[in-house]
Amino acid sequence: MSLVRNRKALAGMILLAFFVVIAIIGPWIAPYNPSMVGPDSLQAPSLAHRLGTTNTGQDILSQLIVGTQGVMVVGLIAGILATIISVIVGVTSGFLGGLGDEVLSLISNVFLVIPALPLIIIIVGVLPSAGGLTIAVVIALTGWAWGARVLRAQTLSLRKRDFVEAARANGEPMWRILFFEIMPNLTAIIASGFIGTVIFAILSEVTLAFIGVTSISTWNWGTVLFWAQSSQALVQGAWWWFVPAGLCIAAVGTSLTLINFGIDEFVNPRLRNTAANARLLRRKKIRARIGFTPVYRGFISTRKGEDA
Amino acid sequence: MKFLLRRLGFYVFTGWAAVTLNFFIARLLPGDPVQSLINKYRGLLSTDAINSLRVLFGLNTHTTVWQDYLTYWGNLLHGDLGISFAYFPTPVSAVLAQSLPWTLTLGFVCTILGFALGTLAGVGLGWRRGTWLDLLLPVANFFSAIPYFWLGLIAIALFGVALPLFPTSGGYDGGLIPSFSLEFIGSALYHAALPALTIVLASVAGWILGMRNMMVTVSSEDYVTVAQAKGLPERRVMFGYAARNAVLPSISGFALSLGFIVGGTLVTEIVFSYPGIGYVLFQAVGSKDYSLMQGVFLIVTLAVLVANMAADFAYALLDPRTRQEG
Amino acid sequence: MTLTPPIGRSAASASARQPVLEIRNLSVDYGYDDRAVHALSDVSLTLHAGEVLGLAGESGCGKSTLAYAATRLLPPPGVITGGEVLFTRSRDGHGGDLLTMSDAELRAQRWRDTAIVFQGSMNSLNPVYKIGKQLMDGITAHSPRGFREQARLRALELLEMVGIPNNRLDSYPHQLSGGMRQRVMVAMALALEPEVVIMDEPTTALDVVMQRQILEQIMRLKNELGLSVIFITHDVSLLLELADRIAIMYAGKIVEDASADEVYRMPRHPYTAGLLHSFPPLHGPRRELGGIPGSPPDLMKLPSGCNFHPRCPHALEACSVLEPKLGPTEGAEPTRSVACLLHDPAVNPGPVPVELGVRPLSKETA
Repeated sequence: MSLVRNRKALAGMILLAFFVVIAIIGPWIAPYNPSMVGPDSLQAPSLAHRLGTTNTGQDILSQLIVGTQGVMVVGLIAGILATIISVIVGVTSGFLGGLGDEVLSLISNVFLVIPALPLIIIIVGVLPSAGGLTIAVVIALTGWAWGARVLRAQTLSLRKRDFVEAARANGEPMWRILFFEIMPNLTAIIASGFIGTVIFAILSEVTLAFIGVTSISTWNWGTVLFWAQSSQALVQGAWWWFVPAGLCIAAVGTSLTLINFGIDEFVNPRLRNTAANARLLRRKKIRARIGFTPVYRGFISTRKGEDA
Repeated sequence: MKFLLRRLGFYVFTGWAAVTLNFFIARLLPGDPVQSLINKYRGLLSTDAINSLRVLFGLNTHTTVWQDYLTYWGNLLHGDLGISFAYFPTPVSAVLAQSLPWTLTLGFVCTILGFALGTLAGVGLGWRRGTWLDLLLPVANFFSAIPYFWLGLIAIALFGVALPLFPTSGGYDGGLIPSFSLEFIGSALYHAALPALTIVLASVAGWILGMRNMMVTVSSEDYVTVAQAKGLPERRVMFGYAARNAVLPSISGFALSLGFIVGGTLVTEIVFSYPGIGYVLFQAVGSKDYSLMQGVFLIVTLAVLVANMAADFAYALLDPRTRQEG
Repeated sequence: MTLTPPIGRSAASASARQPVLEIRNLSVDYGYDDRAVHALSDVSLTLHAGEVLGLAGESGCGKSTLAYAATRLLPPPGVITGGEVLFTRSRDGHGGDLLTMSDAELRAQRWRDTAIVFQGSMNSLNPVYKIGKQLMDGITAHSPRGFREQARLRALELLEMVGIPNNRLDSYPHQLSGGMRQRVMVAMALALEPEVVIMDEPTTALDVVMQRQILEQIMRLKNELGLSVIFITHDVSLLLELADRIAIMYAGKIVEDASADEVYRMPRHPYTAGLLHSFPPLHGPRRELGGIPGSPPDLMKLPSGCNFHPRCPHALEACSVLEPKLGPTEGAEPTRSVACLLHDPAVNPGPVPVELGVRPLSKETA
């Protein structure tokens, strides 16, 4: 797939794969039990504890490794659920038109405007206990609206295209048109929406853990930061407690964004800004601008019938 | 005009939906925790207060849901949001009234600042492609994936602890009394520096990337070439022809961005113990103060709706095509 | 699209005019590396004062590329790789080679010396500015400060000139019809009364009635203001009526350059002959519609030798080896040139095919 050839997407996928692997094998490769307290309190990174220890002697590296699973799983489930909802609502709304469209659009817009994070915080805070699955469901229920809106717009424009009219004239039933004509053209956007939702889910979930709203029995990067904050890690200068966790979050987020960029450039070729092209231009001192076509007389490439 | 009226109608509807959602969330609670809370504070609450709590949480078996709903609305319109447990015995409305101005100023200023800086940077990056400035793009990409609160922590570590330049908590110096004096405002600004830095840095990346992509798309439109063919000065073409058209999707997509920024602002306040709505929410969650949580949600949603209306208004001003169709 | 003969414009008077814009050996590539496509190779063309020069050819032959490259408005990844574009009748002394001018000079001479009438599609006008503003900003950019009031009056004048009501000055582009938008583009181009006006397919998107109206207006204005016009279109029959001279392009090269009359009556290039036989004549005896077999070549995989030879009914052996250059015809007629090996005595010792050669006078009837 040409997406793989896009350098940005490739970098993103490799980085993401790294975290997925850790999520799967985490509990087995962690050097210590993350919840196990020990005597070495607030140690800076050392050979024994690669990322240092907390104030109760717990190994931070183990916490991060084990925590990866919680983060990725919730992100994935929330992403899948939200994407399913947004596809159903968005495509149906775009395809039906008329009253159905109006009603579904109204619902999507309401969910779009209502600020997601406060709503999530309150719902989760109100529930007696909130495990990973519950959080994923709540995130999905608040974050599906944007994908639905984008899909609706795209479905609307596709529906008016000639090939759909041709299929309809051929007598193809509606559901077949939907699945075999329209959906294949939406894959890029659905993929992009899925990735965006996963980013949102991971950030939300980590934030919830940081605030202390979710259960602290399962390890999660946000939980690490929660303990760091409540133990005043900052004031004590224990940078190793909160810096790596944040970097992990940023790394996963960046990898997903890179993949999304790759998809964007795949869909809209104008955005492609290949590094090789830029280097070539700089070397030849050509400034490509709108409205001032550059003049470059130094080409070595042969013309038909000319000698090099 | 029709466009604006339609949007207004939509926002009124959304406001109603938010209030209704709020009403039903409280009823998600299983009965026991609420009862125990009421029992805990029983001696200190008036019967009226207890009744309104019952209405709020649907515990009143003598009334139907619909009657409770109407009572809820009635209370709301009187400004009665209940009594706060976290700040007992202050009424919720008073707590909100005190903390709202802090969040509003911080959030408003940072959103405008982030939008302005990000959009301008995006215009520059999108217009002149292929310069070293393009390296800013992966940086912006990275920053857009960082959670607000972590950026806040780093800001504290760097500028509050390692180099103690700015205060790391509170909205103003503890010894001062809130007033409009120069000293107080100065202290407030000083304390707002790090939270503002955090919010602006975290939000600006999104604006930059969005605007840059739109500039690239718009630059290849015919009317930009026509503008260049007319021999107009470069700045005129870049801003008047390209940027003016490229900024429209950013404004119409303001809703989405704003929701994210509001969430981020609330969390940043928590990190910095900044005395705004976010911090209040944090306290409310900690002490299971449901009335206060609901009050926060309501206020935040209303603020977002108003901001969206402002964005829609700006859009109608900037895009003449909306003035024709409904 | 039908053929009607041009009305008594002679070749002689055309050549007596002074040259205004000279394009010499212009070469343009799309792309910056070895895989660049050679869109134009060594193209030379001269526009004379007061004349209408038609530039015709199929889609993708390079006619628009020629016009935009000559004015340096070609978008990326276009790059000019050789040649000169000399502007010889500049008003403020901004003449010279457009390809070596500085940005500031280029900006100063734009719209005053050379203006382009773009296709009046929805995209050619800025959707967020009123028409009046777009008409005026071209004027004020080239005028001294404080010129706003006069600019506004001038804009009103221009609207009247093209037949658009005054109150449209405050309209937005989406409030105008296609025909009106095209007329606005014409008015905009003529704002500073330039020497040279380049018209890029100005009526292609319009219906026939509107087409006629606008073309008549354009020709009237051209006569009144003494403009020199380059008219780009794929519709050769249109040029036969409007143009003084016609240059036919094929696959990035000019293959024939002659007066409209000569092109109609005596085409010298096989491609031109083929084009003319593709339209039915409105008058005269019924004729079988010919065409040109095959399709235009992919610019990335041009044929060896002459670009046209695979489709040419008169191709010689040498045509697949040698590239013809624009040169004199067989009869060395002074006012026309053709790029065909059939007319090169060194390559083609035999006679030129009858339909492409100098014919006896008696056969030159409509």
